[in-house]
Amino acid sequence: MTDACRSAFCRRSTPYTRFRERLMHGLFGLAGLSAVLILLGIFILLAIMTAKAFTQGEPPLGSAGLTAREISELPPTEREMLTIGVRPISTSNFLGSAVWNPTSYVKRSYGILAMLASTLMVTLLALLLAVPIGVGAAAYLSEFAPHRVREVVKPLIEILAGIPSVVVGFLGIVVLGPILARIFGMPNGLNAVNGGVLLAIMSLPTIVSVSEDALKAVPRSYREASYALGANRLLTTLRVVVPSALSGIIAAVMLGMGRAIGETMTVLMATGNASAFPHGLLDSVRTLTATIAIELGEVPFGTVHYHALFAVGFVLFVLTLVVNVISDVVLHRHQARYS
Amino acid sequence: MTRSIRRRVSEVLGILVLGLCALLVVLALFWILYDLVATGGSSISWSFLSEPPRNGMTEGGILPAIVGTLLVSAVTLVFAVPLGAAAAIFLTEYSRRGSLNRFIRLAIRNLAGVPSIVYGLFGVALFVRLLGLGASVLSSGLTLGLLTLPWIITASEEALKAVPDDTRQAALALGATRWQTIRTVVLPQALPGMLTGVILGMARAAGETAPILFTGVAFSLPSLPGSLKDQFMALPYHLYILATQHQAIEKVRPIAYGTALVLIAVILGLNAAAIGIRYRLRKERRA
Repeated sequence: MTDACRSAFCRRSTPYTRFRERLMHGLFGLAGLSAVLILLGIFILLAIMTAKAFTQGEPPLGSAGLTAREISELPPTEREMLTIGVRPISTSNFLGSAVWNPTSYVKRSYGILAMLASTLMVTLLALLLAVPIGVGAAAYLSEFAPHRVREVVKPLIEILAGIPSVVVGFLGIVVLGPILARIFGMPNGLNAVNGGVLLAIMSLPTIVSVSEDALKAVPRSYREASYALGANRLLTTLRVVVPSALSGIIAAVMLGMGRAIGETMTVLMATGNASAFPHGLLDSVRTLTATIAIELGEVPFGTVHYHALFAVGFVLFVLTLVVNVISDVVLHRHQARYS
Repeated sequence: MTRSIRRRVSEVLGILVLGLCALLVVLALFWILYDLVATGGSSISWSFLSEPPRNGMTEGGILPAIVGTLLVSAVTLVFAVPLGAAAAIFLTEYSRRGSLNRFIRLAIRNLAGVPSIVYGLFGVALFVRLLGLGASVLSSGLTLGLLTLPWIITASEEALKAVPDDTRQAALALGATRWQTIRTVVLPQALPGMLTGVILGMARAAGETAPILFTGVAFSLPSLPGSLKDQFMALPYHLYILATQHQAIEKVRPIAYGTALVLIAVILGLNAAAIGIRYRLRKERRA
């Protein structure tokens, strides 16, 4: 620095500062790209493991010191492990069967239909409860609530969003479960209804806050035009504001749906985890997420079963990605319309 | 006349129903908090917070779980905060518009929507296996770091955007380069706002269970983790096993309630701190 320089930022363009500028720009750019790289990384890693599940079996273990007679007396799948190994999953089994039993003694099966149905059932039940309440709450907060009420309620909703899923699941076991058991006369209340109610609570904050933003984005002039036609505030809200914000509300619902599909601990603890195909809301169900959580800890590394769990994870990843992208597109359309 | 009264009544009723919806959301929160405090409150004592579990977790406290949760959250922040803040700086200071910016934002939003158990799978495959970090504090911290990254980026961005543009332009007019402007003008102003994002990120990390399930958390450990390569106990996982996996579930219920209450207290404390900072910032800005 020369003596003549009085500014804190003098000598703007030396080779060093130019190099430093470029370096910082590059580093920040790299950090900026990290989100893209991580998303891509998750996709690629899951895809590789999934491909392994469908192509890579396990080699036979050999006789393992057993005589031919002892081997012939083993259960079918154990005999196979010694003689022909474990075959990779077939696509038709994975996507076409409702039986998930990778450790069966008789015949291994890796069908995800029952889990998929369970996930969808719990998710839809949650939305059925959370959407009317959530959109109603958003409409109230955006159109009717006094300023002070809003200032109190909004942080509370944020806090609700921060309650860990494991705590919600715990309350499903100790509070909601016994209540449901009493109402429906069952031994325990761990079933799809329990999970659905809890997931509704968990997706409410997302639905409320995104819907509220969507309602807020509707221009004042729409409301004023409605008042000018003689409609009152309720009618204006229900017939003008909510329909105008519909795309944003749909996006909010999709976001809530994405959260519900991916929620793990709550359903793991509250739905009972029976792996049969669910027939009713009072059945115990086991979702995609719960299956991974239950089994990944016990399965040996590199086996077909291990890779199969990644395939389930891949299905979850794609499912939530699609839901989120749709919500994103809808939301952008909504924002573009009113900006 | 009667028609207008009927209309007025139906309007009030309608608004009441909508208000009831909002009340229901708030009640859900209070139901959760009330139940935990009312039932779990009696489990909390100094020895509960300062002693390890004894007798197969049927007695004693939860100190190792508290320490483990704080430790793994710290690792999460060390990893996620610099990366997230740098990403936010890139998005607000270097590429405000354009297709790259939009693309990155799309990735961030989708990253935020990836299920936590999928982060767990990714953590097992990448950190535990591929990078050979094993089931450890480090693997779990990194996995949680990935999970909190989108939140930290978004919060940091908000803070950076709140810095008025004329201060940037003033710095540039004095001859500052872009990096100098960021370092000496933008960051100091945005720092408190970014801090709220960091705290909220920590609260998220502390409450997550699924991502640590297979990347390093342990059922029970004889001693506190001595290094980042050790396994650890954590509050959310401790609650999970006490509630579902313990052989004497009814007997350990008070301990489970106490654990849930401590976990919630940690998270609400962090949330309250973040909300408090944000509130003060807003006041200062208005003044």
